[in-house]
Amino acid sequence: MTPVKLYPPKPDKVYLFGTCLIDMFYPEAGLDAMQLLEREGIEVLFPDDQTCCGQPAYTSGYQSEARAVAAAQLGLFPEPWPIIVPSGSCGGMMRTHYPPLFAGTEQEALANEVAGRIYELTEFLVHVCHLRLDDRGPPEKVAMHTSCSARREMGLAETGPTLLASLGQVQLVEQVRAAECCGFGGTFAVRHPEVSAAMVEDKTVAIERAGAERFVTSDCGCLMNIGGRFEHQQKAVKGEHIASYLWRRTS
Amino acid sequence: MTAQDNSIQTHPVQRHVVQTYNPRDFHRQAHDALENPQIRANFRKAMDGLMGKRREVFSDWDLETLRELGANIRQRALAKLPDLLEQLEANCEANGIRVHWAEDGEEACRIIRELCEARGAKSVIKGKSMVSEEMHLNEHLQSAGIEALESDLGEYLVQLNQQTPSHIIMPAIHLNTDEISDIMHDKTGTERTRDVDYMTAAARQQLRERFMSADVGVSGVNFAVAETGTLCLVENEGNGRMTTSVPPVHIAVTGIEKVVEQLRDVPPLYALLTRSATGQHVTTYFNMISGPRKPAEHDGPEEVHLVLVDNGRSSIYQDDELIETLRCIRCGACMNHCPVYTRVGGHTYGTTYPGPIGSILMPHLLGLEDTKDLPSASSLCGACGEVCPVKIPIPDLLVRLRREAVGEGRGNVRGAGVKRSKREVAAWKGFQWLATHPSAWRGGTAVAGKLRALTPSRLGPWTEYRTAPKPAKVTLHSLVKRHRAKGKSITPQASSEEERS
Repeated sequence: MTPVKLYPPKPDKVYLFGTCLIDMFYPEAGLDAMQLLEREGIEVLFPDDQTCCGQPAYTSGYQSEARAVAAAQLGLFPEPWPIIVPSGSCGGMMRTHYPPLFAGTEQEALANEVAGRIYELTEFLVHVCHLRLDDRGPPEKVAMHTSCSARREMGLAETGPTLLASLGQVQLVEQVRAAECCGFGGTFAVRHPEVSAAMVEDKTVAIERAGAERFVTSDCGCLMNIGGRFEHQQKAVKGEHIASYLWRRTS
Repeated sequence: MTAQDNSIQTHPVQRHVVQTYNPRDFHRQAHDALENPQIRANFRKAMDGLMGKRREVFSDWDLETLRELGANIRQRALAKLPDLLEQLEANCEANGIRVHWAEDGEEACRIIRELCEARGAKSVIKGKSMVSEEMHLNEHLQSAGIEALESDLGEYLVQLNQQTPSHIIMPAIHLNTDEISDIMHDKTGTERTRDVDYMTAAARQQLRERFMSADVGVSGVNFAVAETGTLCLVENEGNGRMTTSVPPVHIAVTGIEKVVEQLRDVPPLYALLTRSATGQHVTTYFNMISGPRKPAEHDGPEEVHLVLVDNGRSSIYQDDELIETLRCIRCGACMNHCPVYTRVGGHTYGTTYPGPIGSILMPHLLGLEDTKDLPSASSLCGACGEVCPVKIPIPDLLVRLRREAVGEGRGNVRGAGVKRSKREVAAWKGFQWLATHPSAWRGGTAVAGKLRALTPSRLGPWTEYRTAPKPAKVTLHSLVKRHRAKGKSITPQASSEEERS
């Protein structure tokens, strides 16, 4: 259980850490996150030298490689602005794993300081921006898939659904076993492809049976996995990052 | 063998030819389990039921406070472990319980066999004990001509079916009613039926006689209380009470980590254990064993022994991170909630303890050479850590063992570095280089986008089940630059849907 976090008032500026998956595969989700924040009157700083949080190496056991990659991000956020991450998994890495990763190193204090400023996008939109949305999209049945990292590591099971529920034309449907992992797990999907496939199969069936026309997630790993499975089966259900979905329906 | 050969009362237990699974074959075993719809359905149904029961029974509890308390009790016990073990020994001995120490499973087996032989014992009745599974006690006793019969219903069925347990709390959870009916019919001559009460009654009758005739009873221990020298045994079937009170000799066997400091530490742990394991407020039986029959007493064993087994635990104890593994109270909630365990079942792991707890414990017992695929057999979804009643940070420990397996840990786990390969090291070094050279990163990702048409449509196992992800035409870095150049009030030119397709 994540300790109760005291949220600050809405700041003038924030940093955006776009994540490597968004950078390479879903850049529009990063841009849409930026536009959602800007519409709230917040200036968004995007440090050009950002690459990856280091999580893939970290969860594979390559700690020193992960630390080197993480260290390259630590210096990119010099001002005390919040750092917004449109991914629960990268956000969880930076908030909960950076401090122990740098414990006993010269960068320990900096890592702790940066970790304390990490906010997952939907968390920030709900708890800091108190976002109000004016839905202009057509009626649609949507299922939210909250990533395991957002749900358990960051304690954010509710922020995504809260945002979707505030869209007037959207009917939020809940798939069975909504809290169960989709089977991505980074390199898990590569090291244990059959187990991962069984998991994503169950997840797509659950989303489809819930009557969803679309699933929305705040993590591009899950998006790639669940969306890729739907596409492979040529199903009509489409997936979208929550930032894109919110922006598309309200802009 | 036909049904007529076996009367219900006196069927012989066949010599143990246990169906074996090996942790080295995790992938093949996972494949087989995934292809077996019966296994899939049995586990899914059982785990859904167990998760639901746990959720319900904890609904009116301040679970977080209780978990914190449970974690603290276990942590305190571990912090004082050497002292508590000495205190336990002294108090048990004062109660008339003979205490034996075993460095490994082999020594523990030898101690138990010799205790049996000293009494001329030919048959042993067993309460449920995972430590005895861990040290392969049944096979050991059988090879010495001593028959060991399991008396926990699930263990009994598994033994009849010549298997090993697939779950630490519910050993036969991989079997459904029809399969159990077939096993009992084939091995004990009962009628084929779906009547659970009939089958339970038949098993009860079969076992009852064996309790009465057994020379020795062997049980596990849930909590060994140092302060009083009391052995606590949690169970539902009464077989634990029979095992520990009917035969003239009772031998309790347990891991050295099961000790708690005081009697008052037991109720919170018991509350957490039963609720986490089976969703019960209390179990049907809670036994507190405090010594053999006293002169004026009419029943109880003449001898009680406690065998304390190390078997790799003290090496876990030496490490300030891994020590948290030893907090475990063996409730099985981590497996009940594990999406991997639910899909592949317990036998796939090929280890005494399957699922998340097994993946962080077994590498210490067997070495990483044999168990190298277990720490990676998790999506790190965190469900295990979330439900663990004593707050073992299982996902963090899985990552720690992954580190050990690739030779980037402290090197103090047997088989450390076994998974290290030049190819993988080179790949991660390459990733490190790229991710620490921002201009190379931007250049590389931009080029990947330009060459997206060349992205292979087949990417190994990923694309057997999913389409291949294609790099976007334009990276976020470039999109942000364009966005800045256009000023902040722009509307995106294309919806994300169009951009992606």
